[in-house]
Amino acid sequence: MRVIRDPLVALLCILGVFLAGVAPAAAGPYEDALAGFASDSFTDTGTAIDAVAASGHALAATVLGALQERRLHFSAASKKVYYTGNAETLHDAATGQAVAGERPADLAEVRLNNRLRRSVQAALGGLTLMSADPGARLNAAQAVFKSRDETLLPTLEQAIAKETDAAVRIALEQAWAAAALNREYAAAADMIAAIKVLRARGDQDVLAILGAVPADAVQPVRKAADDAIAAIKGELALWETAQNAWYGVSLGSVLLLAAIGLAITFGVMGVINMAHGEMVMLGAYTTFAVQEAIRTYNPALFAYSLAIALPLAFAVAGAVGIAIERGVIRFLYGRPLETLLATWGLSLILQQAVRSLFGPTNREVGSPAWMSGAFEIGHLTVTYNRLWIVVFALAVFALLLALLRYTRLGLEMRAVTQNRPMAAAMGIRTNRIDALTFGLGSGVAGIAGVALSQIDNVGPNLGQGYIIDSFMVVVFGGVGNLWGTLLGAFSLGIANKFLEPYAGAVLGKIAILVLIILFIQKRPRGLFALKGRAVES
Amino acid sequence: MKDILTYVRRALVWASVLGVFSVQSALGAETIKVGILHSLSGTMAISETTLKDAMLMLIQEQNKKGGLLGKKLEPVVVDPASDWPLFAEKARELISKDKVSAVFGCWTSVSRKSVLPVFKELNSILFYPVQYEGEESERNVFYTGAAPNQQAIPAVDYLMKEEKVKRWVLAGTDYVYPRTTNKILEAYLKAKGVAAADIMINYTPFGHSDWQTIVAEIKKFGSAGKKTAVVSTINGDANVPFYKELGNQGVKATDIPVVAFSVGEEELAGLDTKPLLGHLAAWNYFQSIKSETNADFIKQWHAFTKNAKRVTNDPMEAHYIGFNMWVKAVEKAKTTDPDKVIAALPGIEAPNLTGGMSKMLANHHITKPVFIGEVRGDGQFDVVWKTPGLVPGDAWSDFLPGSKDLKGDWVGLKCGNYNTATKKCGGSG
Repeated sequence: MRVIRDPLVALLCILGVFLAGVAPAAAGPYEDALAGFASDSFTDTGTAIDAVAASGHALAATVLGALQERRLHFSAASKKVYYTGNAETLHDAATGQAVAGERPADLAEVRLNNRLRRSVQAALGGLTLMSADPGARLNAAQAVFKSRDETLLPTLEQAIAKETDAAVRIALEQAWAAAALNREYAAAADMIAAIKVLRARGDQDVLAILGAVPADAVQPVRKAADDAIAAIKGELALWETAQNAWYGVSLGSVLLLAAIGLAITFGVMGVINMAHGEMVMLGAYTTFAVQEAIRTYNPALFAYSLAIALPLAFAVAGAVGIAIERGVIRFLYGRPLETLLATWGLSLILQQAVRSLFGPTNREVGSPAWMSGAFEIGHLTVTYNRLWIVVFALAVFALLLALLRYTRLGLEMRAVTQNRPMAAAMGIRTNRIDALTFGLGSGVAGIAGVALSQIDNVGPNLGQGYIIDSFMVVVFGGVGNLWGTLLGAFSLGIANKFLEPYAGAVLGKIAILVLIILFIQKRPRGLFALKGRAVES
Repeated sequence: MKDILTYVRRALVWASVLGVFSVQSALGAETIKVGILHSLSGTMAISETTLKDAMLMLIQEQNKKGGLLGKKLEPVVVDPASDWPLFAEKARELISKDKVSAVFGCWTSVSRKSVLPVFKELNSILFYPVQYEGEESERNVFYTGAAPNQQAIPAVDYLMKEEKVKRWVLAGTDYVYPRTTNKILEAYLKAKGVAAADIMINYTPFGHSDWQTIVAEIKKFGSAGKKTAVVSTINGDANVPFYKELGNQGVKATDIPVVAFSVGEEELAGLDTKPLLGHLAAWNYFQSIKSETNADFIKQWHAFTKNAKRVTNDPMEAHYIGFNMWVKAVEKAKTTDPDKVIAALPGIEAPNLTGGMSKMLANHHITKPVFIGEVRGDGQFDVVWKTPGLVPGDAWSDFLPGSKDLKGDWVGLKCGNYNTATKKCGGSG
C-alpha cells in the first residue's frame, strides 16, 4: 500500500469517506448513469439507458418506463433527474422519493429519438419480464421478440416456467425462440424446437428470422427452417388474398357511401348533379362544427360526436339540396347540359364559400376511441374505422331501400319518376316530391360526409375527389337501380384492390376506367338496366 | 360557364385595380410594387394562402421601417386559382400591366415552369419559395426553397447513419417533383451500395385516400429482417389519410420511420399527431427552433394574423429570406431595374430564421442549414439532427447522369446550364 504523502489528498480522502457515510444515496453505477439524462444529448441519454438497465437497481424499470412515456424530466442547473408519478407528483429519480415543495424552475423533458426509443423498449423488455402485471409481461415478451437479445434466454426460461396466463406464455415462448435462434452455437435440438414455435406464429417477422438461419446450419435445422418458410409463405399468400378482398370491400363501401346519394339524384331523378361532392363536403364540415362545439362546451360527449353529427349533416346537406332544387334545378328539368353546367358552377360556389368561412386549410376531425386502432384475424389486420364504415354503408343502403319501398314518400317518388303526368293526376304534388327527392339524395350525401371525414381530409376539395368515382359507380351499376349501385360499388372496389398490388395505384385506377368504358360499350345501361316505358321516354 | 368565370375574374381584377388606384391617389406618392402570385382558391389554396399572408406581413413590416429607396412598398395580389395556364396569364398581368418590380410566388413545379417563359420574355424577377426537384437554373428566377441536396440527400444520410436503415421505400405522389427526387435518391442509394432489391418505389395519384394496400405492402417490405424506412414525397392532402392508415395499422416510427419532404407544421395542423410520434420530416426551418429572429417572426405572424395558433413553416421562411435579399439587392443597386437587381443579388446575405446568414449563390440558389425533426404530440417538430453548417443549393444533381456535368453560374459564366465536360453553355435544359 502506498503511503499518502500529500496532506491535502489525505484530507480529501477522509472528507470523501465522511461524505459517503452521511449521504446514503451516493454514487453507485445507477446514480452515475442517471446524470447522463441531464445533459440533453442523445448520445449521453443512450449510454445512460444501457447503464441504468444494466445496474439492476430497483428503480431502473420505473425510470425507463417514465422515459418511454415522456414522464422523465431533468433540471439542467442541478443536473438532477426526476420522474412524474401517477398523481402528477414529482419524484427524485435517484431515490424514488417524492419531491417536497417547489418544483425546479428549469424542468425539461428528457428527449428521445427513434433509436433511443427502441433501446428503451428493449431494455424495459428485459427488466419487466418478471413483472406482476400480465400486460407488462406481454409487452416485455414482444419487446424481446423484436430485440432478440440472447443474454435474456435464462430469464425467459424462468419466466416461461412461472407463467400462468396462456397468451403471455405463447408470447414468451416466441420471444425465447427468436432469441434462441439468434445465439451462436445453439444446440440443434433447441433450434428445431424454436423453429417449431415460430412456425406456429407464422407471420412476416418469423419469415425474416427464419431467413436469417445460417445456410451452413446442420442438416435437420436447415431443413426444418426451409420447410417452415415454405409452409408460412403458402399460408401468407392465402391471407394476402383475403386481405385484398377485405380492402376491396372497404373501398367498395366508401364508393357506395359516396355514390348512394347520387343514385337518388342522378339515378332516380336523372339530374346530372355535379355539386354532389360538395354535399358530402358539407356533411364532413358539419361533423367538424359539431366536434368543435363539443370540445368547447362538453368534452365528455366526444365519443358520441359522430352520432350527433349524423342527423345534423343530413339536415344541413338536405336543406342545401332542397334550396338548390327549388332555386336552380327545377327551371332546368329536361335540359341535362344546362343542369350539368349550373350544378358545376354551384359546386365551385359552395367550395369557395366553405373556403372563405372555414379557411383554405384542412380541418381536424377527431376519431372517437372506438374508431381508432385495429384488430387481427389471423394475419389480416382489420382497422376499426374501415370496419365501421362498411357496416355504416350497408346500414344506410338498407334504410334507403326500405324508405323507397315501404314508405308513402318512397311510393310517391317512384310514381313521379315513372310517370309524372299520371302521378300528378292521382293527386301527388310532383313539385314537392321533386324537392324532397333531391333533398333526400343530398342529405344521404351529407351523412356519407360524416363517415368520410374519418378517413379523408376535411377540406374544401373533399367532394371533388369523390364526384368522378360516384358517377362511375352509378353508371356502371345501372342508372335508377339502388341494387346496381351496391353491386357496382363493391365490384369496382374489389377489382381495384386486386389490381393495385400488381399495377400500382395509378395504373390500377386507369385500368378500372378503361374496363368501365369497355363494359359500357357492351351494356350501355349498366349492370342492372331498368326496363319498361319509363326508360324509353 | 368558363366564360362566366373569366368574366367574374376580370370583374374582380378590375375592382381590385380600381381599389388600388383609389388608395394610390389617396396617398399621392409613388410606390414600388411587389407582385404576389399565389393561388387563393382551388386545390393549392391550402398551402399558398399562407404564403400570400406571409408576404403581406413582410411588406407591411418593411413599410414600417420606412419602405425601400424612400418609397412605400405596395403589394399586388392576384389569384391564379391553382390553374397552371392562369399562372402565366396572371404573371403577365403583374409584370406588364401592374409593372411590379419583382414577383414572389408559385408553389408547384408545373406552375413555375408555366410562368418561366413570361418572366424571360418580359425580363422580370421571380422568387420561388418551395423545395423542388432541382435540375433548373434560370436567370430570372431565384430559388429560395431547398434543392434536393439541401433536403433529400441529408435526410437519407441521417437515416443511414443514425437509424442504420438498410431497406428503403420511396413513396411519392405521381408528378415531377417526387419522380425526379426519387430518381436522384435511387441513384444516390445505389452509389452507397444499396441493392436494387432493397429499394421499393411507389407512386400514387394526387389526393389518394385509400392507403390500405400500400401501407400493408410497406409493412410486408419492412419485415424482411433489415431496418426499413419510408422516404415520402407524398404531396399535401394525401398525407393525412396516409398517416392515419399508418397509425391505424400500427406501424410505429420505432419500427418503420417515415421521413417526409412535404409535411410541415401546416399539414400536421389538420391531424391528430399522437400516433405519428417519432416520424420524421426534413426541412430547412422548423417553428420550434429557438432563435431570436424566429421568436420575433412568430410573434409578428401571430399579431398579423390575429391568431396565436397559426403556425409558421419552411416556405414562409424561404419568402422571409428571399424578400430580405431582394430588399438588400435593391438598396445595393439603388434601383428596382430587373437587370441591375439580378446582377446585384448573387453574393447578397440575409439572415435566416434559424440563427444563420443565408447567401445567394451564383446559380440563383441559396445556402441553408438542413434540419431533421421528429413529430411531437403537439403538431410541432423536435429537431434531432442538423447539418454542421449551411449547405449550398446545387441546381444540377451530381447523382443523375444527365446533369452531373452541368453547372449554373450567372455571375462568371452567365449561363444556367454550363456543361463542364464539353465546356459549352446550353446542354440539355
